[in-house]
Amino acid sequence: MSAPQSKQRIVIIGGGVTGLSTAWWLARAGVHVTVLDKGIVGWEASGRNGGGCSHYQSPLFKEEQRLWPLMDELLGYPTEFCPERIVMAVSEKQLGQYTYIAGMNNRLGHRVDLLDGQQVRDAVPLAGDNCLGGIHYRFGGHANPHRTTQAYAWAIQDLGGRIVQHSPVTGFQTAGGKVTAVEAGGAVYECDAVVIAAGPQTSGLLALLGITMPLAAARAEMIVTEPAPLMPLGGVDGNGLYGRQTMRGNLAYGGGPHEWVEFGAGGPGAHPATPLARNLARRVVEMFPKAAHLNVIRSWAGVIEMTPDGRPILDRRENIAFATMSGVGFGLSPASGHAVSDLVLEGQCSFTDIDLLSLSRFDGIEDDWREQRGWLPL
Amino acid sequence: MSERKRQQSAIDGKFPAPEQSFDVVVVGAGRSGTAAALAAAAAGKSVLLVDENPVPGHQIGNDVPYFFGGRATTAVQSSGRMLETLFMNTAGLEAVLEAGVDVLLGTAAWGAFRNGPLVGSLPCQMVGLADAERSWMVGFGELVLATGGRDLPLAFPGWNQPGVMGAAALRLLLTRYEAFSGSRVMIAGSHDLALETALLALDKGVEVAALIEVRGEAQGNAALVERLVAAGVPIICNTHMVEASGGIDGVEQVVLANGETIACDTLVMAIGLVPMIELADACGAKRTFDPLRGGHVALADGGISAVGTCAGMADSGFDHMEYRFDWLGALGGACGGDTIVCQCEEMTLGDLLGVQPPRYLDRSPAMQARSLKSLLADGPANQDQIKRLTRSGMGACQGRRCRDQVAMMLAVEAGTELAALPLATHRAPVRPLPLQVIADWEESEEMRQGWDVWMGIPTQWVPYADIGTPFEEENRRVLGGNMRL
Repeated sequence: MSAPQSKQRIVIIGGGVTGLSTAWWLARAGVHVTVLDKGIVGWEASGRNGGGCSHYQSPLFKEEQRLWPLMDELLGYPTEFCPERIVMAVSEKQLGQYTYIAGMNNRLGHRVDLLDGQQVRDAVPLAGDNCLGGIHYRFGGHANPHRTTQAYAWAIQDLGGRIVQHSPVTGFQTAGGKVTAVEAGGAVYECDAVVIAAGPQTSGLLALLGITMPLAAARAEMIVTEPAPLMPLGGVDGNGLYGRQTMRGNLAYGGGPHEWVEFGAGGPGAHPATPLARNLARRVVEMFPKAAHLNVIRSWAGVIEMTPDGRPILDRRENIAFATMSGVGFGLSPASGHAVSDLVLEGQCSFTDIDLLSLSRFDGIEDDWREQRGWLPL
Repeated sequence: MSERKRQQSAIDGKFPAPEQSFDVVVVGAGRSGTAAALAAAAAGKSVLLVDENPVPGHQIGNDVPYFFGGRATTAVQSSGRMLETLFMNTAGLEAVLEAGVDVLLGTAAWGAFRNGPLVGSLPCQMVGLADAERSWMVGFGELVLATGGRDLPLAFPGWNQPGVMGAAALRLLLTRYEAFSGSRVMIAGSHDLALETALLALDKGVEVAALIEVRGEAQGNAALVERLVAAGVPIICNTHMVEASGGIDGVEQVVLANGETIACDTLVMAIGLVPMIELADACGAKRTFDPLRGGHVALADGGISAVGTCAGMADSGFDHMEYRFDWLGALGGACGGDTIVCQCEEMTLGDLLGVQPPRYLDRSPAMQARSLKSLLADGPANQDQIKRLTRSGMGACQGRRCRDQVAMMLAVEAGTELAALPLATHRAPVRPLPLQVIADWEESEEMRQGWDVWMGIPTQWVPYADIGTPFEEENRRVLGGNMRL
């Protein structure tokens, strides 16, 4: 870029974790950042997820693992990060799958220990006699999505960045293929570069710039119980569920069928839950028989976007960087923001290879890719 | 036309038809609910009437559905006998049964579900029901909410102890439950709710030490005031409670702002009723805000309608909101920064105004520098955001004891009208239900077979280093997409 970094003005569209983390990394690099959000920061999927931080499948994994233990200090605000996870099986099929995952991780150099049923029961007080075993990730962990998204936003402000809420983007001003300004909430934000990390709305915004990004959105649900006594390790799941025991003690779990949905440019609007709460509750009891008496006190839903292969898209055209984490964004956010800020400032990721996450892998994808996958709304 | 392809792990076709269906399901067996059930039965419809009372004994301790505050007798722990008592004491039930209505007491309606924006997967519109043993789904043509109103508690020093309760709670314990253990009550408020509650208490042989009123004169119906005065009950105006104190069993006395101390075992807050619209609101049904009818009230919306207090109190020209804010202002003045506002999460008034996290988290200097004021500089007040940060209203009582007063406090701090503050979200289950009760133990085969932890996209979880290697194929074969986060 021609302008000196300290003078650069970068607009980030989307106040979810990916956009916020990107803005935070850019602000740390001395860039003047403005984050635009259609509503409140962290209001969509970034604040509606299981809080997991253990994504061994991602090229961003090592950076994710390096950063999480540091995030409270780096941001200056609590994220409730707690290290390590246990995944427990209550069926032979699950045990086989989890054992395979353990082997795969060990092959890749990520330590995962095998536990027998008794070892799981010793580590997980809510587990029962039906537990057949499990695996213990000696990495990863979980954090509080609400607290973390707000922490990013506050940290950005502390670095001199701006957070502009309730300002949906309505258009772009361009010159020579580059974005020169973003129009949002009746105001115009001039910029040297733009980052679009707007969840399901990302493809609609990119379409305004002539860039095609295939995305489909789905609704997923979780349930939350009243607090249980704290287990030594809160990051416990399994039995087809993802989730955690929060630092307050609540059990928060999701999983199971999702519903493919469609909505307008303004975003999902509603976040309806369904009787799926009953199926989730059943699996929580199967996993934690000793929690069967705990009250479910709420359920909620979130809307996430998916790419056709389920993998993220982190890429850049001209001065337009764009990011979707394809429904696995919260835990990876410390690293995804770093990668996208590298894309903006350097044109490439400085700490890992993300070439396979480029948009061009979907060049020429069939128009009916959603139909082919059975990803249409009902 | 060929059948469209369905992803196996998507929700398509996995929700079975409900166990039962009725033309009309009425929730709440109070006066409005029984009348609605009778009218529907008379029109030849199949009708189910459910009422969550008697709630399990431990839920009464949790202040569901009202605000009992620990003055229920041990009779509430005996659910079988309590069911009998409730049946005997619910006016009009016999007529309803004779009209052919199915009646279920001790049965909570915890969620209403219908297809709409972002949901198309339900076989029909359904209400989730649960008793002490299990939950099940019931289809409905019309769902009539007759859920009534719950008490509006407001924090002041000592409000979080046994013996502080709401007027609707007292009335329920005195009438349908016959299970009030107190003997001498003081009542805060002097509008009709307070006056009627005082008269009921007298009628049931409970001593009424006094009514107190924050405004300069008694607020309610003059005839009711006269009856109370004739009964020798003082109405002390221009005052409010500054502290309730007592011992291990709760309240023994209440100190007033005018310096008086009133001996009593129960302080009854009769400041206002909150229409219970959560069942309708959780499924996105229409509502409106009307200060003359008690706040947010439910509106008819498709197959969902409301009768009685949840559709709004009778409009007598009295501005309930203004009255509640007068009380909030006075009681807020009695509070310190350390006064608990959210009892479940032990959040204090200071924590709320500081937007501080719970005590189990470190409060860094940067965190301590943040406040409601700094948050409001970023955008209009939103109670759900405050909830997420402070945990107010996130506890076991599902916010019943603090959500309404926190909304009022936010409106005051933000200098906005309560009507302009987005209503904090209601979510199913709108009643706390044990995991083993709400669980579906007879789920469909499609649900079991199609269950995937996440989106069922096999390529999503292949380690990056394995992409394009033989390990990728092995990964798909072993895990088949059924992966975890």
